[in-house]
Amino acid sequence: MDRENRVSTSANTIETYANQEYKWGFVSDIAADAIPAGLNEDVIRLISHKKNEPEFMLEWRLKAYRHWLTMKEPEWANVHYPPIDYQKIVYYAAPKTNVDRPKSLDEVDPELLRTYEKLGIPLQERELLAGVAVDAVFDSVSVATTFKGKLGEMGIIFCSFSEAVHDHPDLIKKYLGTVVPSSDNFFAALNSAVFSDGSFCYVPKGVRCPMELSTYFRINAMNTGQFERTLIIADEGAYVSYLEGCTAPMRDTNQLHAAVVELVALDNAQIKYSTVQNWYPGDKQGRGGIYNFVTKRGACRGVNSKISWTQVETGSAITWKYPSCLLIGDNSVGEFYSVALTNHYQQADTGTKMIHIGKNTTSTIVSKGISAGHGQNTYRGAVKILKSASHARNYSQCDSMLLGDKCGAHTFPYLEVKNTSSQVEHEASTSKIGEDQIFYCRQRGISTEDAVSMIVHGFCKEVFRELPMEFAVEAQKLLGVSLEGSVG
Amino acid sequence: MSLLEIKNLHATVAGREILKGIDLTVNAGEVHAIMGPNGSGKSTLAQVLAGRDLYKVTAGEIIYDGKDLLALSPEDRAREGIFMAFQYPVEIPGVSNLYFLKAALNTIRKHQNLPDLDAMDFLALVKEKMALMEMEQALLSRPVNTGFSGGEKKRNEIFQMAVLEPKLAILDETDSGLDIDALKIVANGVNSLRGPTRAMIVVTHYQRLLNYIVPDFVHVLAEGRIVKSGGKELALELEETGYVGIEEAVESA
Repeated sequence: MDRENRVSTSANTIETYANQEYKWGFVSDIAADAIPAGLNEDVIRLISHKKNEPEFMLEWRLKAYRHWLTMKEPEWANVHYPPIDYQKIVYYAAPKTNVDRPKSLDEVDPELLRTYEKLGIPLQERELLAGVAVDAVFDSVSVATTFKGKLGEMGIIFCSFSEAVHDHPDLIKKYLGTVVPSSDNFFAALNSAVFSDGSFCYVPKGVRCPMELSTYFRINAMNTGQFERTLIIADEGAYVSYLEGCTAPMRDTNQLHAAVVELVALDNAQIKYSTVQNWYPGDKQGRGGIYNFVTKRGACRGVNSKISWTQVETGSAITWKYPSCLLIGDNSVGEFYSVALTNHYQQADTGTKMIHIGKNTTSTIVSKGISAGHGQNTYRGAVKILKSASHARNYSQCDSMLLGDKCGAHTFPYLEVKNTSSQVEHEASTSKIGEDQIFYCRQRGISTEDAVSMIVHGFCKEVFRELPMEFAVEAQKLLGVSLEGSVG
Repeated sequence: MSLLEIKNLHATVAGREILKGIDLTVNAGEVHAIMGPNGSGKSTLAQVLAGRDLYKVTAGEIIYDGKDLLALSPEDRAREGIFMAFQYPVEIPGVSNLYFLKAALNTIRKHQNLPDLDAMDFLALVKEKMALMEMEQALLSRPVNTGFSGGEKKRNEIFQMAVLEPKLAILDETDSGLDIDALKIVANGVNSLRGPTRAMIVVTHYQRLLNYIVPDFVHVLAEGRIVKSGGKELALELEETGYVGIEEAVESA
């Protein structure tokens, strides 16, 4: 099945839905330790050297780079942007603070702390807030890791990717690239060659991680591509909930972000991965803004394992992202809950892939796309049920909401079922915030802005309730901010 | 001073003049019925009072509670005590009826410098009013009007009105689509809200509703003007002669 819905709305009052400036645009003034723009094997060696990596890591990077050279940038996504000159990108930047790493927050550059404060996520508070450990990635290198001791007592490893390469090379060798091979796609190969840093988490057998693990990403140095690498492993019977959130400062030039996230769940293990993404979307004319080309994939390797992706995507000029699940173990479960909002000239092509391999595997897809201004929102999802996956089940629901008459919503669901015992359900709807809905709310005393916010939150409710509580509040706030001033 | 005074009101929609000089005075405590054939401008009048911007007021003025009503936004009119029961109540998926109503009530209370009602007090209020409308409590947790039957939607409108306690209630064809049992429940709810400080404008095509909500005054609207006004007996007269008879009588007069 391959289907496309194109719809646009025509409500007049909603026409002006598009006046909210990016609230969190600012550039913090921390000197970055960057290498010159451009990419070749020497640059990769330099990155690996600067990070003092073992030989196997360098070899892995070079292999990925050589493969990348043979690949072509994908063009199938429903997004449009000028060609990227990969030789103009700076592939490594680390804050000066990396030279002598701070031992505690007192040693962290106060400017950095102020930056977080401007974002409304003061680290000190986060530290104190019950149950949230923060691994703050600021330009490429982690500068603050908290709660590590407590997690360590339980045998949980939660650290920057660079540290993991040094301290846990066996785990890295065993799992890196096993879910997203370095040759998987153009952007994954690029990431594999030049990835700067990211997070690593290993939860040992039978351990339930007692707190939400959290990382705040932030792109800061001018023209610096950000290539995060995240690897999370839940061993047999383990459970972990991971939160990823970010905002970025305002700037003029487009920035490439090509992250890779790999999740591995063994027998009876469960991983919950939640994202709130708010990178700079570009100005009202669509200038600037982040290109977010991300590869996220989880492998349910063990029986009864479960991986849930929940994402709230409100930022970036272009989003190209399909958090996916490989349901290998029998009875394994994959879930994808997504809210994607495009305003102004933002473009998003996002969705998921659920590959059913094991018996009795189940997957659930709930996608909510909101388009405003000139935004273009595409849901692209693939559900593939292999012959081996007897009695597999999938339920997909893709809803689109339109605000104004210049935006678009597109749905491309792909279904492939190779056996006769499986069940697949797909539901799709497109609605618009009607002037009549807004008028109805206003007639009851509710302002236009509150009405839009209320209607949009109602639309997204099924996804928000999958988010951890404190994240759900943040996501709602973000959605409100992203939509402010958008109607009438 | 009267609660509502409409003087020489002209209004257009998409460039076409629908209201061609309406004069109407409504005092607190009164119930006025506006009747008329389809296309006479009844619903337009209701929508103009509520502030729907599809309709442009081209001449005239409306004084409500001493204020220039036309200068107020729809939400400010609501906060000042104007409530419209919609002819076609809108569905808002995902937003619970309870949440919606609480947001509305607390916005209006804020405007009146009253504190927010807390969850317990609000629930008590809501339960009392639901009983009045013979509504099932399950409707509270369902999304606003979503999947409601026609009758449930209309009852929900009057229920909201009961909770929000407006000074001026405008009922736009509240009887349309109701069977006789539902009509009685709705009328019963409306009647219980009648009082010396509240005025109502009941817009209807049929006399039927007025058997249950007995108006103090009846006005007949035809081609954008009030062509005849009278007491409740005028509605019965209309039942006999139909609108055609009224129009002819007006023309020959």
